[in-house]
Amino acid sequence: MSEVIVITSGKGGVGKTTTTANVGTGLAKLDKKVVLIDTDIGLRNLDVVMGLENRIVYNLVDVVEGSCRIKQALIKDKRYPNLYLLPSAQTRDKTAVTPEQMKKLTDELREEFDYILLDCPAGIEQGFKNAVAGADRALVVTTPEVSAIRDADRIIGLLEANELKRTDLLVNRIRMDMVKRGDMMSIDDVVDILAVNLIGAVPDDEQIVISTNQGEPLVGSDALAGRAYMNVCKRIMGEEVPLLDLETNNGFFSKLSSIFKKN
Amino acid sequence: MGLMDFFKKKSSGDVAKDRLKLLLISDRANCSPEIMEMIKNDIIKVISKYMEIDAEGLDIQITQTESEGKNGNVPALFANIPIKDLKQTNNQN
Repeated sequence: MSEVIVITSGKGGVGKTTTTANVGTGLAKLDKKVVLIDTDIGLRNLDVVMGLENRIVYNLVDVVEGSCRIKQALIKDKRYPNLYLLPSAQTRDKTAVTPEQMKKLTDELREEFDYILLDCPAGIEQGFKNAVAGADRALVVTTPEVSAIRDADRIIGLLEANELKRTDLLVNRIRMDMVKRGDMMSIDDVVDILAVNLIGAVPDDEQIVISTNQGEPLVGSDALAGRAYMNVCKRIMGEEVPLLDLETNNGFFSKLSSIFKKN
Repeated sequence: MGLMDFFKKKSSGDVAKDRLKLLLISDRANCSPEIMEMIKNDIIKVISKYMEIDAEGLDIQITQTESEGKNGNVPALFANIPIKDLKQTNNQN
């Protein structure tokens, strides 16, 4: 039983691509066969976040137009045996693909993969409609800011109209020090406002910037964000994992590793 | 809950939450807060014909609720109307 999950947010810059990269890599680490599809045609990003930008030959539009076979366009991530990326086209725009074509593509990929993750572009136009067309469930990413939450609410409404089986919320970039001070909405506040199931919260962690710089997803590392993403992956697979305590900025292992770290 | 709390400024997180709550009501209803206010006033007018209600405490919201017919959520108008006094009226309907 394979699942097609769309990662979406409405607003740009809240961490959809980072989430797609980390959740995808995490699921692959948990021995699932995973393909990540960058559906942001014209503004491709997932390839650089994954560190696979130098290996692109064919892209999503080539596959949809029949210029190549799916297998030819899939980039195998050599670091993990079960992880593949289908990059987006950089020189085309959103109208190059239709929702029907996306649905056909995801249905074909279902036969091969356990999880098909779609990195959705920002906005609610055709790019969003394409990404949602073939999805079974959605992961809505938001940050604890008014603009991101407002857009997330709109997106949740549109997902309901598309009759997705499940919609889960991921609260990204939370800063517990600010929440404590009362200067940031808490995870509970956000969940309360949006009234959807929470699948995880990821702290604002500078390690994320570092891992993106290096093109290597952080998931599974001892960094707080890495552990938070791993928990999200386990919850996607149906495991019950308690919410991570985001207040301890340094876990035992990261303290330990920082002692041994030379640079 | 001392005097200090009384004078203390509302935290920006709470301000954000309150603003969002109001904003999302109008977003979800696809109508402005002014129209919501008009709906509220009309509800007060109608109910007041039959019983005495607490107009200040009245709260209306557009939320999501599970529909019984088909699977999935539908928008719903929730009104919480505190009744002060059930007046004696000869015809409730």
